[in-house]
Amino acid sequence: MIAFQRGSRLRALLTIGVSTAVLALAACGGGGSSPESAVSVGAEGTDDGTNLTLWTRAPLEKQAKLLVAAYNKSHKNQVALTVVPNDDYVAKVGAAAGSSGLPDLFAADIVYVPNWVKQGLFRDISSNVDQLSFKDQINQGHMKAGTMDGKKYVLPFVLDLSMLFWNKDLFKAAGLDPEKAPATLEEYAADAKKIQALGKKDTYGTATGLNCGGCLVFTWFPSVWAAGDQVMNAEGNQANFTNDTSKKIFQTWRDLWSSGAVLPSSKDETGATWTAGFTEGKVGLMFYPATLLSSTTKFDAGVAGIPGPGGGSSTFVGGDGIGVSKDSKKAAQAWNFLNWMMSEDAQVEVLAKDNDVVSRTDLANNKYAAKDPRLVTINQVAGKGQTPVALNFQQAYNAANSPWLTLVRNQVFGDAGKLEPDNQQITSVLSSQ
Amino acid sequence: MTLFVTTGRARRLTRTVSSSSRRRAVKGWLYAAPTTIFVVVLFLIPLILVVRMSVSRWPLLSGNQGFNAPDNYTKVIHNRFFADSIVFTLKYTVLATVLLIGLGLGLALLVQESSRWKNLLRASFLVPSALGLASASLLFYVLYSPLAGPLRGLGVSFLGTPNAALYSTTFLIVWRFAGFYMLLMLVGLQGIPGDVYEAARVDGASRWQTFRRITLPLLRPTLALTTILCVTGSLLAFEQFYILTKGGPDNSTITVVQLIYIVAFQGQNDLGVAAALSVIVLVALVLINILQLRAFRTDER
Repeated sequence: MIAFQRGSRLRALLTIGVSTAVLALAACGGGGSSPESAVSVGAEGTDDGTNLTLWTRAPLEKQAKLLVAAYNKSHKNQVALTVVPNDDYVAKVGAAAGSSGLPDLFAADIVYVPNWVKQGLFRDISSNVDQLSFKDQINQGHMKAGTMDGKKYVLPFVLDLSMLFWNKDLFKAAGLDPEKAPATLEEYAADAKKIQALGKKDTYGTATGLNCGGCLVFTWFPSVWAAGDQVMNAEGNQANFTNDTSKKIFQTWRDLWSSGAVLPSSKDETGATWTAGFTEGKVGLMFYPATLLSSTTKFDAGVAGIPGPGGGSSTFVGGDGIGVSKDSKKAAQAWNFLNWMMSEDAQVEVLAKDNDVVSRTDLANNKYAAKDPRLVTINQVAGKGQTPVALNFQQAYNAANSPWLTLVRNQVFGDAGKLEPDNQQITSVLSSQ
Repeated sequence: MTLFVTTGRARRLTRTVSSSSRRRAVKGWLYAAPTTIFVVVLFLIPLILVVRMSVSRWPLLSGNQGFNAPDNYTKVIHNRFFADSIVFTLKYTVLATVLLIGLGLGLALLVQESSRWKNLLRASFLVPSALGLASASLLFYVLYSPLAGPLRGLGVSFLGTPNAALYSTTFLIVWRFAGFYMLLMLVGLQGIPGDVYEAARVDGASRWQTFRRITLPLLRPTLALTTILCVTGSLLAFEQFYILTKGGPDNSTITVVQLIYIVAFQGQNDLGVAAALSVIVLVALVLINILQLRAFRTDER
């Protein structure tokens, strides 16, 4: 038995040892973080049969697969795509960055891009981007997030916009005009309550991810922008949720929740299934990702921009930016992929054909969008949308323990009087070094 | 192994150094080599790396930026979840240990007593142990899901409040590990010689008296082993909370190891601070284990 006890102590030590080893290996070999030299290659890059590697996160798997397949089919270079689960992506990129093992190309959630650019993970591609004849038509939200000190580091890979989606069948059933979107947040709340009042089994007015910081950022920030306000200062180190617009938004949702018009599982929703209720046709209207338009086929859905209190319309221009990694030795070939990705061939014949949003405004009215007026709406709202820029965005908003989540949950379920200190907590995370 | 080496050395002191004893010493070291290599590669080297990391500025994305002690340690202590995570981890450990040891012993006695259903019972309690903890957590994630779970009709929110989340997770752990602890207890119970029970019966001891005066004292080594395993395992809890609650709702279920993960990979992205917290946890765990071993050892002799 004594031997057993020794064994258990050793095992305990080993457990810690192994877990610390994982941490250690994640970062060992670190060192030099000096930004690699800028990329400046021929306008088209090189297509000489090189094998390239590309990483992206799971939510954009569909679009990434389509793009990579189309590129591999038409080029000598071959791109190998690795899709990483959303929650593990930062850890994987971090480990690779520390050990100089980043792939040639990798995509990043656009809200993390400013931080990753600052950490030197991407190479400066300004001179090549500036040669593009349509460079001013590339989505400005993404370009701004990927620009530091006037140098450009990323291009938009896939755009994901938050839009107001409504279920036309449920609208009809509730006696609402199925062709008309609510023009203000107040109307949105009233419509949700009317659909709730139908009393249909398992059917709710609206839904959202109230335990998912990323979902709330994506769907609630646009209401602030629609009313002409800002969520942060321009430097992204001060939160701004104590203004009247934000207060009105929080009150609207608090009222919606207490009236029972919100899907009950929204309260604990951490993001894995936050869109499922609407996709299944059980939710009347909701702020929803535009990338899911092509998978929302069970019923007729309407699409509009997200309204704010008193009107207006905006969207969160999310999705991923993509750039050449600091560790890539094949910059000319990597640029060949990026150059093709921005071309009309890729934007229209791959993305638009799949009902996805194009990242060039000059291609917004393409032949596929013309078939579905909802796509025209999405492409138009994309121009009015914003991408918030802050270095500590992940910690302040997206993380499971973020102060933003605490603020929203207090405002919707808890002590609404805590707005000032909760806002202050976000600011202190945003401004920490 | 140490026994071999020391006796070899003792002999060397008394006698003249003979080639056979030297050969024996070399053999001893050879026997010990695999374990030594294992410990050095998987424990000592990572430990040194982590200690170095804990005294360096080491962001996840840009690597080692040089020595900065003791900044990381002060940052850990000032982390807004540091105290909460320790309190929660201890609370969870006490709950899980009491339930698992109690149930493990109870199930072992049940299985031992009943003769007819013995094999069926033993198998059914042990089956959950065959499932990995992460898979079991995912299974319960679906079971508890208010959107897709089979129990959603009950209108109970399994993970919606801090207490519900704690109890729901503890239930998963009890389901997953009770069979394992039952097995350990069974081994201990079978190690108690039958004639002791026979003597007790001859003396007219009641069932309760037999349990109190014979089973429990003779089971002490097993209880020591299971308690240490259970306490250590619970203090290092991660997967179940990572998958089921992600530390929520409202940051009420963040364990210490989860905090290490959060600091390293979810936002702060600071491996230095995470390493500092790892070192603190390691020291605390070693101390707790030493204390437990002491406590059980003095009682034993």
